[in-house]
Parts: sequence; C-alpha cells; structure tokens
Amino acid sequence: MTHATQALDQMRPPYPAEPGAGVYSNKLGMWVFLASDVMFFTALIGSYIVLRFGAPGEWARPGAVLNVPLTAVNTFLLICSSVSMVKAYAAIQDGKKYFLRPVPGKLLRDGGLKFWLLVTMICGAGFVSVQVVEYIKLVGHGFTPAGFREGSLLAEHAAADPIKYGATVAGLYGSSFFTMTGFHGFHVTCGVISMTYLYFTKVLPEKYSPQDYRGIEVIGLYWHFVDLVWIILFTIVYLI
Amino acid sequence: MTSVAHARPEGGAHGAAHHAPMSFWRKYIFSTDHKIIGIQFLFVSLFFLLVGGLLAMQIRWQLGFPGKPLPGGGILPESMVSGGVILPEYYVQLVSMHGTFMVFFAIMPLLVGVYANFLIPLKIGAHDMAFPRINMASFWLALLAGLIMTASFFVPNGPIRSGWTNYAPLAARPDLSGVTVGQMLWCISIVVLGLSSVMGSLNYITTVINHRAPGMTWFRMPLSVWALFITAILGVLALPVLQGAAIMLLFDNILGTHFFDPAAGGQALLWQHLFWFFGHPEVYILILPAMGMVSDIIANGSRKPIFGYHSMVFAIIGIAFLGWIVWGHHMFMSGMNPTLGSTFMVSTLLIAVPSAIKVFNWLGTMWRGNLRFHVPMLNAIGFVSMFTIGGLSGIFMAATPVDIPLHDTQFIVAHIHYVLFGGSLFALFAAITYWYPKMFGRVMNEGIGKLHFFLTFIFYNMTFFPMHIIGMGGQMRRIYDPTIYDFLKPQQPLNVFISYSAFALFAVQILFAFNFLWSLKFGKKAPQNPWDDNGMEWSLPNPAPHGNWERTPNVYRGPYEFSAPEAGDKDFLPQFLKLPTDRDPVPAPLPAGH
Repeated sequence: MTHATQALDQMRPPYPAEPGAGVYSNKLGMWVFLASDVMFFTALIGSYIVLRFGAPGEWARPGAVLNVPLTAVNTFLLICSSVSMVKAYAAIQDGKKYFLRPVPGKLLRDGGLKFWLLVTMICGAGFVSVQVVEYIKLVGHGFTPAGFREGSLLAEHAAADPIKYGATVAGLYGSSFFTMTGFHGFHVTCGVISMTYLYFTKVLPEKYSPQDYRGIEVIGLYWHFVDLVWIILFTIVYLI
Repeated sequence: MTSVAHARPEGGAHGAAHHAPMSFWRKYIFSTDHKIIGIQFLFVSLFFLLVGGLLAMQIRWQLGFPGKPLPGGGILPESMVSGGVILPEYYVQLVSMHGTFMVFFAIMPLLVGVYANFLIPLKIGAHDMAFPRINMASFWLALLAGLIMTASFFVPNGPIRSGWTNYAPLAARPDLSGVTVGQMLWCISIVVLGLSSVMGSLNYITTVINHRAPGMTWFRMPLSVWALFITAILGVLALPVLQGAAIMLLFDNILGTHFFDPAAGGQALLWQHLFWFFGHPEVYILILPAMGMVSDIIANGSRKPIFGYHSMVFAIIGIAFLGWIVWGHHMFMSGMNPTLGSTFMVSTLLIAVPSAIKVFNWLGTMWRGNLRFHVPMLNAIGFVSMFTIGGLSGIFMAATPVDIPLHDTQFIVAHIHYVLFGGSLFALFAAITYWYPKMFGRVMNEGIGKLHFFLTFIFYNMTFFPMHIIGMGGQMRRIYDPTIYDFLKPQQPLNVFISYSAFALFAVQILFAFNFLWSLKFGKKAPQNPWDDNGMEWSLPNPAPHGNWERTPNVYRGPYEFSAPEAGDKDFLPQFLKLPTDRDPVPAPLPAGH
C-alpha cells in the first residue's frame, strides 16, 4: 500500500485516505451528479403531473397527436444502446480493446470495446435523429410548445374532435411535451458527444485497460440513467 | 512538550517543490488550485456584495425620503429616475435585484464558493479537490452567471420587476411585467449559476467522502466541514429544481408555453411550490456553513472543546432534513390548502429544536471559557446573538395565525436580514478575518476590525430592529411610497431613522473594505498558527503552497482539543500533532475489486 503501487492503479485513491465510499472518486462524483439530475427531471415531471391533474380539460388521447409506433421503435433503439453499453463495459473489463476479432469455430466475430462503444454511439445518435425528425413533423402538423398553431392541420382536427385532441389543454400539452422530451434529448446528445470525445481520445489510442476503465464505467452510469428516464417519459407522455 | 506544539506532520510542508513553476495565468486566473479558486470567489462575491449594498441604499433613500431626488441620481437614465426621483418601475427593480444579488451572488458564493473551496481540502488533509478542473469551471460559470445578471441592468426595460422570487404570472407574462430581455437574462443566469453550484457541490461531497487524510474519521471532522458537506448535499438536490423552474419560466417568456399562466390552464401556484421547494433548502445553504465556521471560531475563542460535538453534527443533519419539508410556510397566504398549512407549520416549528441545540451549545462552549475576544470571536458572538433574534422572529411567522397579519410586511424583511445579515454576514466577517492569514499570509488589523465590528453591530440593529415595528404597524414589504397611506404616515419618522442608520451601516463597511485591501500589502506578517488553533490547515505555511502537503498528513485527534492536559503548557493540541502516546492511523484498505 505504498505510493508506488497506488500510482499503478488509477482506480484507487492517489493518496492514503480514510475509508470513503468504497468506489473511486469519478464514480462517486457521477452518482452525486445523477442525484442532482434526478431532482432536475423530478421538477419537470412533477410539474407535468400537477399540470395534467389540475388541468381544466382532458389531455389528448394517446396516439392522437404523437406518433407512438415511431417512438416505440426509438425507445427500443435506446434500450439496445444500453445493452451495447454493458457489452462495452464487459469487454474492457476482460481486456478486449479491439474492434472485432474472429473466434475459431464460431460464425460471428467477437466484439471488443471499440465495437460496442461505437454501436452505443450510433444508437444514441440515431435516437436523437429520430427525435429531431419527430419534432419537425409535429411542428409541421401544427403542434408547438404553445399549443396547436392557428390554421394548422392539428387545429382543424381539434376543432372537429376536441375530446380526442384535448383541445382545451393543448397549450399545456405542448409545453410539457416539448420541455420534457427536449431536455431528455439534450441529455442524450451530451452523452453522445462525451462518448465521441472518449472514443477518439481514450478508446482508439487504447488507453483503457482492465485496471483502469473509469471513463467507460462513468459514462455508462450516465447512459443507463438517461435510458431509464426515457422509459419513464415514454410511459407517462406517450402511453398514458 | 512545548516544541512539539509547533511540529509539522511527518514529511513537513516545505512548499510543493515538485510542482513545476506556472505562468501567472495558470497560477492566478485559470487555476485549478482550490485555494486560488476560493480567493477568486472571495473577490468576485465581495464585489457583488457591494453592488447589492448600493441597490439597498437606493431602496432606503426612496423609503425614507419618497419623492425627493436621489443624490447622484442624475447619472441614471430617464427610464429609472424622473428629475432625480426614483420611478416605481425602477424601485421594484431595485428590490428584485437587491435580493437576487445578495442571495445568489454575494452570500451563497461567499459561504459556499469561498469557504467550501478553501477550507474543505485544507481541513481534511487533502491535496486538492477530487475534480480540480470541474472546480475551476464552477468558478467561471458562477462569474458568467453574475455578469449575465448584471447585464440585465443595461437592456431595454431593465431587469426583472417581480421580486427576487419571480412570482408568476407576473414574471411569466412580459405583457404584464413590461420586462422582456431582463426576465430572460434572469432565468438564463440562474440556470448557469445552478450548473456552477452543482459542479461545486459534487466536488465537495466527493472530496469529503473519499479524500480525508488517514485518521480524519467522520467524527474528527471540524464542524465547519460537516456543515459545508451537508450544505453541498442540499445544493446538489435543491439547485436543479430551481433550474427546472427557471427553464419553464424562460420558456413561458420566449416560447409561449403556459406552465405558469392560469389564463391558459397553467398554475401560478406551481411556480411558488417549485421556487420554495428550492428556496427553503436554500435558506439553510445560506446559514449552515455560517453555523459551522462560527462553531470552529467560538471553540477557538473560548479555548474549550465545542460543547456537544455530536449533537452539533446531528443538529446540522436535522436542520438540513427538516429544511426539505417546510417550504409551504412561505405560502400560507397563497391560497394553498389550509390543512396543508398546519402540517407545514408543525414541521417548521420543529426546526427550532435543532437550532436551539446549536445556540445553547455555543453558549455552553463559551460558558466559563478562557475567552479571547479577537475580531473573529467578536463577530461570531454577534452571529449567535443576531441569529437568535432572527430565529425567534421566525417562530412568529411559522405560526399560521400570526403569519396572516405579518406576511408580506417589513417584519419579514427584518427577519430575513436578522438571519442573513446578522447571521450569515457576521459569520462571514468572522471567517474572512480568521482565515485571512491562511489566504494571504498577513493578518488583518485588529483595531480597525474591532471598530468595524462594534459600529456594524450598532448600526445594524438600528437599521433592522425598527423594521419589526413598522412591519407590525402594517408597512408592506415592497411598497414604493409608504406615505400614500394615512395609517402608515405616523411611522414615517421611523422610516427616516432606519434610512439614516442604513447609510451609516453602509459607510462603516468602508472600514472593512479598507482593512481587507490595506492588509493585503501592509498587514502584519502572520505567524504559522496566528490563532493557536487545532485545525489541519495550520500545519501549513501561510499562504499554503500549491498541492498543500508534500506528503499526506496523519490526523491524531478531534478538532477541538483546547486546554487538554496532554498539551502541556499550551492550551491547544492540534489535530496533526503526534504525541509519544499516539499511534499512526492505518489508511483504509483499498476497495475490493474497485
């Protein structure tokens, strides 16, 4: 437990210290950050619940305004990215720094950190792209943060069937929908940017090892959290 | 035994010779050293304290002498003053921005930005924060937020007009408030500040948990570190809620959303819930670090161990926990369900218990102590007495029936200033004087410091105590001109008295500013341990070098071993001092499998 042996292992404290949380500081810091992010989403989701229950009218029926099948596919994409994140984490724990490597006697090649993190990044970027397309289409149909735009397609539908389209509370619907999903999309974007940064500065130069894979584990925690938030958002915004 | 009292921990601290010399920019401007970041916060937040004070002087001019031209008001544009007289629109902006600057950019960064940064690593024997670069970003974001907030004075229609609490729908509807850009800048600034605060707090929490020197067990931590640690937890959990609320308010203003606009189905009360769900933990963010630092200073000034150390720790935790379930007491008169109000009343009254534990423990510490009335001690005693008055008036308002007539009057203003100025700011005067040698290597002038304390204490009470009286007399909290109501006219002489006292109070602070700046260059050179204190920071030279200790120090005892028999002819026994009977602490076993 001298300084020399500790310097070899980056995942342990650099100096002798009292018993702490039992995890290295980057991980602890990410846990604390996620606690604060929980509070941030709690503020948004809590406001949504309060506004929806206290609203003067019924919310639009599920699927009336939003494209649920498209978002379901998108949700699946994000869940897949969480799986590939786990694969990336497992790969570096086993010391697999490579991209793909053939396995004798098996049809499929074995993926390493470089492969699985790239898959995660692509799935994440795909999720954001689909969300951008969804936003453009919604705004095109007349669904904006302020409600249904005057003279738009959705405004006409809402006039014809105010119950199904939640005409009286369209403003609240737009406000909460775009704010919550928008900030979730912002989180996914931040995650993809961080992973891209790590990919070029740490993963490609093979700086991670089974002894030190802090960046992968920490970004993994963040990624699973963002995924979890989406599952909640998908349920309460799209399905209910 | 006498010589060991000045011994350094093993390895000593001879500057961090192994660090390469750094350029001026890396060392003082874009520094990742927690001590430099703390000092940067100190200068910036003292500047914002001055700005907030200047705004307060204009408020007092208007309340004392309504309708009279503001001296020097000629330099202000026509949109703020008319013929030198403060306009109502400008008056509400003064009130709003005074609160905003003082809470978010003066007291909060002074307590947390300065002292959490400066003290935590020094007091727990760490070499720096866990994440030095995030720490640097936290400072620059805080400065950016301050500049954005300041910029709102220079945009069309000026800064916010809805009070520092920004109640909706006034704040959410530009057509009602008449403020467009100023409101946006307020929201953006708060979001940036929240980010800065979260980055700072996660650093403090991680550092305290993972970076304590061997021997610095949880219950050997000084109360200042305990308080700053608990404060950081409050910050990490409370600030994001305000950020979320500010973002929704921003969207109401620029995207046309309807979160807080009842005309379109939104809920104005939702803003109040979100704001105060943040706002009440914020109140404890503004007082707990002050309590912690005062505890250190009172133990030092009394030359006795702090009375009831463990109960002090649990009182901090208790206050912090209760702080989450009392926010409704800001909203008794908002139309909230009265039954819910009773719940909030009970939880609020409960806070008096841990607060009283702390006050009695401070008194118990001083009781029959060998008191040293140095400047930090005087200010710390000022803190205890003023906080007690502020705490007692808090109990008045916590009781719903009493709050009905008192709410939104100057009584509330008196209460907040007794805890925030009389509490936090006196503690800060104590803390600045106390750790000044550690920051700058020199001691602030004792005589000026004492004069400053006594004059501040007198004028402070002359300013804020009469506010209780005019508040009970019915003067509203943010009223522009109290003389327009007949029932307030008899109180006007008292308003004039308060204003003169406030001007004197402001003038006295020149003494402090002079002492602070003059001592930077001409103060007496500080000895290694100028206050004969036990803290780990005093094992280092003044000012402490980059990287603090060359070798991680060992900690042998708690922080308050004053007048211990083992100390021989000294009356203090530092935490870093190894007596022949002490055994070296065993560092933690490394976490299994990481």
